[in-house]
Amino acid sequence: MPFKIIASQCTSCSACEPECPNVAIAEKGGTFMIDPKKCTECIGHFDEPQCVAVCPVDNTCVLDTSLARYQARG
Amino acid sequence: MHRGSSSDAIEDGEITQSIAEHKGCGKSSRSGGVRCGSPAGRSDLPAETWEKVKKHPCYSEHAHHHYARMHVAVAPACNIQCNYCNRKYDCANESRPGVVSERLTPEQAARKVMAVASTIPQMTVLGIAGPGDPLANPEKTFKTFELVHKVAPDLKLCLSTNGLALPDHIDTIAKLNVEHVTITINMINPEIGAKIYPWIFYNHKRYTGVQAAKILTDRQLQGLEMLTRRGILCKINSVMIPEINDQHLVEVSKAVKSRGAFLHNIMPLISSPNYGTVFGLKGQRSPTALELKALQDSCEGELHMMRHCRQCRADAIGLLGEDRSAEFTTEKLATIDIKYDVESRNAYQAKVENDRAAKAAAKHADLVELAVSLGDTKVLVAVATKGSALINEHFGHAKEFQVYELSSGGAKFIGHRRVDLYCQGGYAEEGKLETIIRAINDCHAVFIAKIGGCPRAELIKAGVEPVDQYAYEPIDKSTIAWFKTYLDRVTNGAIKHVERGDAAIRQGALISAA
Repeated sequence: MPFKIIASQCTSCSACEPECPNVAIAEKGGTFMIDPKKCTECIGHFDEPQCVAVCPVDNTCVLDTSLARYQARG
Repeated sequence: MHRGSSSDAIEDGEITQSIAEHKGCGKSSRSGGVRCGSPAGRSDLPAETWEKVKKHPCYSEHAHHHYARMHVAVAPACNIQCNYCNRKYDCANESRPGVVSERLTPEQAARKVMAVASTIPQMTVLGIAGPGDPLANPEKTFKTFELVHKVAPDLKLCLSTNGLALPDHIDTIAKLNVEHVTITINMINPEIGAKIYPWIFYNHKRYTGVQAAKILTDRQLQGLEMLTRRGILCKINSVMIPEINDQHLVEVSKAVKSRGAFLHNIMPLISSPNYGTVFGLKGQRSPTALELKALQDSCEGELHMMRHCRQCRADAIGLLGEDRSAEFTTEKLATIDIKYDVESRNAYQAKVENDRAAKAAAKHADLVELAVSLGDTKVLVAVATKGSALINEHFGHAKEFQVYELSSGGAKFIGHRRVDLYCQGGYAEEGKLETIIRAINDCHAVFIAKIGGCPRAELIKAGVEPVDQYAYEPIDKSTIAWFKTYLDRVTNGAIKHVERGDAAIRQGALISAA
């Protein structure tokens, strides 16, 4: 399940971007977004999802359960 | 503070200070304290160190009257969380560390440096101080230094960090000729650190509590040692947090001194619920003026103490205490004609140095004469000044007061008190006088160029003597001349010497004159 960035919480500090082992995080017009196709929750790379661990504002990088396939999975 | 290697480098205040603090010959130390010798003679700093600090407004109290610095906000990311910082907040009207109005790419930053240096010839220092941690953004930080050095090789490069990533970047810092590094060190005891830092991000992991603080302090002290071993000047910033690290900072001061730190800057915590920091929301109080001074005094002698810090924003521009960042927004930069000319900048700065030397020489003669006994009495006085070491500001126009301690040793600068806080909730214009009095309540007198009848009466009622007879005169001579008359009046019974109370350190927005 990929992570997503809650835009209203994000301070655009860019701390997450270089930490992502999958290069899934990019800036677009001043806001940061995670490409769900690239995000692997850092499994196989690190013990913790890097974006969550480095983000200065809690509950900004969260699991994205909105994608249809995850909802179906329950 | 620091004395020059030759008589022409002597500064007025440095002489004042050396008289004020001289505790007998033979007391000397490598990185602090007082050294015997003619005030017009040898330095207690090696010549190469003096070269590094004489034009750096943060490292030399007296350079800050003459030279300006600028910060570029290229480093928004941070790798630690501090309870006195709120990363969600920035505001154009705020003046405190971490606050910026816009973030820049290294290329934009280099262009901005050119524009500012073309406009302000006394701008000698480029610093990167956030809004996050410059070393959590190493690519952006070092790229900026590289670009700036290419076009403006005469600028001093300066960097401010929390120290967590510092040991990894020492080679790069040295290679890029970064001469000054500031490390914020608030503790060396991880138990205390756990109360200040909720977490750190290190080696791809988030650490919390005592474990986090232990890693942080180890890395900070290791980085400090590595830098000083290479001859890079290190300033230590410490935030004084009452009941958390206030007593502990004496230990910190010793620890950083033994590792070769050059200067220690103990700053009062900035804390208010509307800043949204953990400390602010918890109601953690800031220190009072008396508490801050007592701590700084007890660390004095261990290290050079910095007392002229304005806790400036991460994109501040200009002389300390006079933020001109609003003049150099990206929008306005487009209209500035950039003519970076090293020669004319050097010529300007040579003139500044000549003026400094001439003034210092003249004052030296006066001050030697002053070394008469005035007894053991010490008083604090506030001075309204626009700079040039003169009493040259009207009471009502003052954005800050400089505070001096007067004693038989002379006039010693001990700090400043900010007073322009119109935009702070609860401090409306009508309450302004009251808040000014609260800010200088520990002072016996306030020196101003001019003052109206109403504030004069209120000050007298509050026990602070308004003194305007030395308008546009030098601060040191005038305050001491007044001090003599004050002591005379005490001796002949005209007035009674009473101790003053404590004062509040006012915080928040410093509204730019621009």
